[in-house]
Amino acid sequence: MSTTYVLDHPEKGHIEYSDRKRYLWMSSLFMPLFPMMGVAAYFLFDTQWALALPLLFSYVLIPVLDYLLGSDENNPPEEIVPQLEDDRYYRWLTWLTVPMHFIVLIAIAWFVGTQDLTVWSVLVLAITAGSYSGLGINTAHELGHKKPEFERLLAKIVLAVPTYGHFCIEHNRGHHRDVATPEDPASSRMGESIYKFVWREIPGAWRRGWAVEKERLARLGKSEWSIHNDILQSYAISAVLQGGLILAFGWIMLPFLAIHNFWAWFQLTSANYIEHYGLKRDKEPNGRYERCQPHHSWNANYIFSNIVLFHLERHSDHHANPTRRYQSLRNFDGLPELPNGYYGMYLLAYIPWLWYKVMDKRLLALPHINGDLSKVNIDPDRYDEITARYGAGPGAVAAA
Amino acid sequence: MGKFRCPGCEYTYDEDRGDAHEGYPPGTSFESLPEDFTCPDCAVRYKEDFEPVED
Ligand SMILES: [Zn+2]
Repeated sequence: MSTTYVLDHPEKGHIEYSDRKRYLWMSSLFMPLFPMMGVAAYFLFDTQWALALPLLFSYVLIPVLDYLLGSDENNPPEEIVPQLEDDRYYRWLTWLTVPMHFIVLIAIAWFVGTQDLTVWSVLVLAITAGSYSGLGINTAHELGHKKPEFERLLAKIVLAVPTYGHFCIEHNRGHHRDVATPEDPASSRMGESIYKFVWREIPGAWRRGWAVEKERLARLGKSEWSIHNDILQSYAISAVLQGGLILAFGWIMLPFLAIHNFWAWFQLTSANYIEHYGLKRDKEPNGRYERCQPHHSWNANYIFSNIVLFHLERHSDHHANPTRRYQSLRNFDGLPELPNGYYGMYLLAYIPWLWYKVMDKRLLALPHINGDLSKVNIDPDRYDEITARYGAGPGAVAAA
Repeated sequence: MGKFRCPGCEYTYDEDRGDAHEGYPPGTSFESLPEDFTCPDCAVRYKEDFEPVED
C-alpha cells in the first residue's frame, strides 16, 4: 500500500512519484522507545549498566547504520512537491511527537526521583533525556518554520521541554538571515573548536532571539515583559513543567534538569557547529551579503540519521526554502558533503584535532573556495596560524 | 494600495492589511517598512527582492 502522486504537466508530460520513505517517517513515533529502553532494561536485568543503552544507540549504532545503509536517492520532482506538502499524513507525524517529549521527560524524572541510583546513573539518564529533548528542538525546528499558526504554537510548546523557547525566533529570523557570515553566532568558523563555539553560540543565540522579539513588540507598542512575548510564553510552560518536577521529586531534579537542559541545547550546538563550518557568503557592493546559496551548508544524505532528524541533513535545500516541509526536501549533487551523518559528525566534532584533520581539507577543496582563504569564515584568533599553514592560495591544500 | 510577494516562499505583504503579528498596522505602506526588513516567513529574501503583485 503506497501513495502515488500523479501529475500531468503541460510541458513535462506525465509525472508519477511515490515516496519510498513514506512509512519510514513513522519512526518518529517510536523514538521515545530509545530513551525508555534503558529504564526497561534496568528493571529487566537489574543492573544500572543497562541505563547506558540509549547512548550507545545514538552515538554508536546510528553512525554505524549510516555507514552501512548508505545514502538515500529518493528525491521528489519539483512539480510534485505541492501535492507532497498537502499530504496531511506527514504533518500528523510531527504533531504527535510533541506530547511524547513531555511524557519522556516526566517518566525519566520519575525514575530518577524514585529509584536508588548512583551519581553516574543519574548523569547518564540526564544526558539520555537531554538527547531526546534535543530531538524535540529538531521537531520545533520543523514546526516553527511552517506558516500555519497551529504549527508555530506546537513549536513553542515543545521548546518548553528543554527550556529553549527563544529558539524559533532566533533561528528563523536571526540564523537564517545571518547564516554563513562572521556575524552569525550559530555558524561555526574554521579553526574554532566546538568547545569554543558553544560559548559564542548559546549566549549569542539567546541575545539575538530576545532582540528580535523585543523589536517586534516595540512596533506593537508592547513591553518585552508582557504576555505577548512569544519567548516568555514558552518559558512559562517550562517553569510549570520543570517546577512541577522539582516539587514532585525533590532536590535531585536540580542537577538532573540542569544537565538535561544543557545537553539538549548542546545537541543543537552540535548541529549548528557542523552545518556551516567555515562557509562564508560574499559581501555584495551594496553592503548586503549574497543570498544564501546551496554551497553555504554542509549536507549529509544518509538515510538513517535523516529519518531520525526529519531530513535536517538535507540542509542546503532547507536554507534555500526554509518553509518547505521535511518530506519534500531534496538532495543535489555537488553540494558540500559531510563524510557521515550528523550523529557520527557530532562525535568527530567532540575531538577537535580529528575534526580539523577531516574537515579543513574538505572545506578548502570545495569548488567555490578552491584553497582561497578569503572565501572562508575563519576564527580571527587563529587567522595567522591558518593563513601561515594554508595561505599559498589555490592548490596549496593538496600539498598541505 | 498594493501587495508585495516574497519570490522565495510566497509570503505576501498586503498594504491594506499590514501584518498584525509583525507590528505593521493596516495601511502601512511597503515603502515605509524598515530598510533591513527581511521576509517574516523565510528570512531569505530582503526588502528589495519583493515583487509587486498584480491583481
Ligand atoms: Zn519568504
